[in-house]
Amino acid sequence: MKTSLSWLRDYVELPSALSVDELDDALTNLGMEVESIVDQGATVQGELVVGKVLTIEELTGFKKPIRFCTVDVGKGAPQEIVCGARNFAVDDLVVVILPGGELPGGFKIGARKTYGRNSNGMICSAAELGLSGDHSGIIVLPAGSATPGVDARPAVGLDDVVVDVEITPDRGYEMSLRGLARELSYAFDAAYTDPAEIDAPSGTTDVPFVVSVEDTVGCDRFTARVVRGIDPSAPSPDWMQRRLVAAGIRTISLPVDITNYLMLELGQPMHVFDLNRIAGSLVVRRSRPGEKLTTLDGVARVLDAEDMVICDDTGPISLAAVMGGETSEWQADTVDVLLEAAHWDPVMVGRTARRHKLFSEAAKRWERGVDPSLTLAALERAVQILTTHAGGTVDERVLDIDHRVHPGPILLDPALPGQRIGIPYPASAVVESLTRIGCTVTGTEPLEVTPPAWRPDLVAPIDLVEEVARLGGYNNIPSVLPPARGGSGITAAQRRRRSVGRALAENGYIEVWTYPFVAPGLADALGYPEDDQRRSAVRLTNPLSEEEPLLRTSLLAPLLGTLKRNLSRGRRDLALYEIGTVFLPGRSDTPPPAMGVDRRPNDADWATANLFVPAQPWHLAVVLTGDIAPSGWWGPGRAAIWADALEAARITLSAAGIADSRVTVAAASHAPWHPGRCASIAVDGQILGYAGELHPAVVSALDLPKRTCAMELDLTAIPAAPVVQGIRITSFPPALIDVALELDRSVPAAEVEAALAEGAGELLESVALFDVYESDQLGEGKRSLAYKLTFRAPDRTLTSEEALAARDAAVAAAAARFGATLRGA
Amino acid sequence: MSYRNDPYDPKQAALLSPDSLGEAVSAAQQAFGAASDLDALGALKPAHLGDRSPISLARREIGSLPPAAKSDAGKRVNEARQAVQGAFDARFAELELERADRVLVEERVDVTLPWDRRPRGARHPLTTLQEHMGDLFAGMGYDVVEGPELELEWANFDALNIGPDNPVRGSMDTFYVDLPGLVMRTHTSPGQVRTMLTRQPPIYVVCPGRVYRSDELDATHSPVFHQIEGLVVDEGITMAHLRGTLDHFAKAMFGPDARTRWRPHYFPFTEPSAEFDVWFAQHRDGPRWVEWGGCGMVNPRVLVACGIDPDRYSGFAFGMGVDRTLMFRNGVGDMRDLVEGDTRFTVNFGMEV
Repeated sequence: MKTSLSWLRDYVELPSALSVDELDDALTNLGMEVESIVDQGATVQGELVVGKVLTIEELTGFKKPIRFCTVDVGKGAPQEIVCGARNFAVDDLVVVILPGGELPGGFKIGARKTYGRNSNGMICSAAELGLSGDHSGIIVLPAGSATPGVDARPAVGLDDVVVDVEITPDRGYEMSLRGLARELSYAFDAAYTDPAEIDAPSGTTDVPFVVSVEDTVGCDRFTARVVRGIDPSAPSPDWMQRRLVAAGIRTISLPVDITNYLMLELGQPMHVFDLNRIAGSLVVRRSRPGEKLTTLDGVARVLDAEDMVICDDTGPISLAAVMGGETSEWQADTVDVLLEAAHWDPVMVGRTARRHKLFSEAAKRWERGVDPSLTLAALERAVQILTTHAGGTVDERVLDIDHRVHPGPILLDPALPGQRIGIPYPASAVVESLTRIGCTVTGTEPLEVTPPAWRPDLVAPIDLVEEVARLGGYNNIPSVLPPARGGSGITAAQRRRRSVGRALAENGYIEVWTYPFVAPGLADALGYPEDDQRRSAVRLTNPLSEEEPLLRTSLLAPLLGTLKRNLSRGRRDLALYEIGTVFLPGRSDTPPPAMGVDRRPNDADWATANLFVPAQPWHLAVVLTGDIAPSGWWGPGRAAIWADALEAARITLSAAGIADSRVTVAAASHAPWHPGRCASIAVDGQILGYAGELHPAVVSALDLPKRTCAMELDLTAIPAAPVVQGIRITSFPPALIDVALELDRSVPAAEVEAALAEGAGELLESVALFDVYESDQLGEGKRSLAYKLTFRAPDRTLTSEEALAARDAAVAAAAARFGATLRGA
Repeated sequence: MSYRNDPYDPKQAALLSPDSLGEAVSAAQQAFGAASDLDALGALKPAHLGDRSPISLARREIGSLPPAAKSDAGKRVNEARQAVQGAFDARFAELELERADRVLVEERVDVTLPWDRRPRGARHPLTTLQEHMGDLFAGMGYDVVEGPELELEWANFDALNIGPDNPVRGSMDTFYVDLPGLVMRTHTSPGQVRTMLTRQPPIYVVCPGRVYRSDELDATHSPVFHQIEGLVVDEGITMAHLRGTLDHFAKAMFGPDARTRWRPHYFPFTEPSAEFDVWFAQHRDGPRWVEWGGCGMVNPRVLVACGIDPDRYSGFAFGMGVDRTLMFRNGVGDMRDLVEGDTRFTVNFGMEV
């Protein structure tokens, strides 16, 4: 909503010296978002002065007639100016911008040679000054209204301030001068004049034009008046044009400008029909399926059964409340007009506007709510302005089809505002605030509050509380902490994500986060088998990019994208991690039941609805490429390999409080990993994820560096960390024994270790693999694994016999299970 | 031991003379003093303190003396030996100290050599900032809750008094999916709904998380961003409590000068509603008010939809953008830096924000 301050001053007695900041604060504290407050005096820079035309010389021989003028601009010598306009004569007062000045739009004025003459400045039109759309000629000021050489800004209205505010969707009444001025009257405690409070004739039984309203829900009020014999060429008065232009509205013609002007002034959108282009009488109704209408913007529209239309005998001639049609519209030769002011259902208008993507100024107001009591006043204002400027005869008859339903009063406990705001208000203060905003208040406990017609947003007691708080000033509300209640802070799952993230970061991984939108082709690129669950992804119906419409079922796809972005920016050694949710549909086929808002949904419906929501577990993924240990003056670096990805999983599980003994790592074949270099990671036997080197085909399909490694774990599925039990620390010495076992290469080291541990029994404190040796000398397909076994008893120093017996038991277990033999034995 | 009974051997006994002993002591002192290092000192030791040293030889002669002279001579020899041993020990200590000092000098290294063999990782500032915010509210007695990002339309809109005709439900603002009744949550407010449906007042929760709106990525917008939502429902909760909470949070985040300024606004899920600014003294372009978030008293309609008696309980709710907070608090100029995952951006923040 954009308007000039001078216009506002017509209705509210604002302080004469009102600074931009004061105005800004007042509007802001009333709940409007100030987009801009522009002092128009500053829109034209430099010297803009009144000039008096002294001589005019007509220049010929050019494509268009050109005048060379001398103009008295109050300086010693007359100013020579070349001008293309012709609507002025010698002795006329004109507006001149002198060299060095600048017009709106950054148009700089200099002294130059043009059409063979010197031109020192420019004689301005209203359009050039940004005052109106009038390009037809330069401004000619009334004779004797100013002295040559004085500042021309006041004379043309360039001394005004233009205010642009955004109105919240609940306050339609503020989209008018009437409403804005009323609001400012609260802020400055200033006198207010309601422009709608005029004597307007009421509806007459004999109507000026036959209209029938078939749908009184869509249109609960329809009023109209007729004026005949206007001068179709009468222009809009300057003051109206200026105000419209300041408000950002194009001037078109007197009748149309009047409707726009009154929409701004009162907030009542109106429509002008050419009486002689209406065939028969008017019917207001819902559209019929398949009906068509070509609206004023030239678009042929197929109407919806919910759209309201105004029809004549030929069918729809106007898309009610949103946009008129071509056939009945005012034309340049229109002499008889039908002025319509109605009240439309805001929900209907909102839907129609969205359906047809027609967000007109009128639609914006209808959607936010228009005062239904305004129509007759608006018609009277329109008739007055029209006849004043274009003559014509007013039909005395007034059409008023009124089906308004007046809501009953809101019952308000006078203590409620205090209880909700936190300031004890006496009942009298509550009544005063509500009365001020136009409510009628009767009764005591409860108060019976009837909101004014322009406030359809006030329907519940809490709405009235807001008005009491707003008028009292939000910033006067005290600052009080609520009484503390015992809380439990962050959850175990949140704590786990923190621990895991911190552990990975401390181990050199860098956290990134990615959009969860992925391309369908990635499922193939990542080599998912045809029946892989990860192929069934939720699809956005309105994705930002048609190329990435799916929600991720794995973090790796987007994370590899981020890896590549970093590579493209010159990074080479990368270890990234992301903790985020994935979207896994398929828990239920039963869509959410309809749930109302007038009560809590029942448990069964809520459960059914939630089961339909795809599972969204938190996953963790890491990707690795290049060196994980950098080279430097100390020596060469070390490239990240499959084992580093696996170690990331171990770091994760350890940070999540899972003891190593519960973790099982096993060879696995799982896309997108290399089948020979992929491990599954299980806790208590349940697989939670995979780690290793990516499949060469995936690396190639995604154009990744060779040997890129990755890991992905389902963090949500990691069992809750148990309460860790302390262990007994003893000071008895350990017995250390090394064993080297020869066995088939195919036996996984993890299983050998498990067998050793099991065989060694309770005395074993730890087992560590310190050498892997493969040689032909060992025999085909054999290798040697060397372990350091540490034995210790809690209550005594172990004898060498005890330690050796335990070692033998360990080796025996490995021998029994895998045919391992003790090397050198 | 034939000489033991030998009454007198003047040559041997001469070793016991005070002059001889004095000579031996000063010779030893001189030699030890001249030893330049511990090895040299060690090499001198047998000559002055060994079995064949003058004092050791002199001690042997004591037996040959007449009984009357024995005690006197023994005393002399002991004194001389102590003097030599003392000289040795003193020089040894001296040289040992010298050697320790020399070792320290010899072992000097260039401590400015780089040693970044284990590159440090980093956590994303949006993660750490969300945790920081959650912790501040945990300190005020709040629980930190979460909800799904792909959310029930009912919880994201209807229950929050955002009716079916509200334009924000249009596809220009909201991501829809190929499953009926679901949307990518447009705010963290459905977290309120889920909380109220699953627990009874008193409710003190914050809900941080990721939200979605169909905006193209540019310097100030992203289709995916982060919010933190707060909800309190209890008996006797007022706007003053809301203000107190936001002011306290602002101070905890931005220092003792911080406070909030409210502007009346409209949200369907709160009534009264306000937008609030925070006074941010450390802004890199100078102290100023910065738009921070929205808040208000929970609309009784929302309480009703969630099964909470609006006559007994009242509540407040607030929400702010985490990305936005990070941008002004930490001087991040471009939203794209938060989103693109460039490691240089994250590493700059390290483990804290």
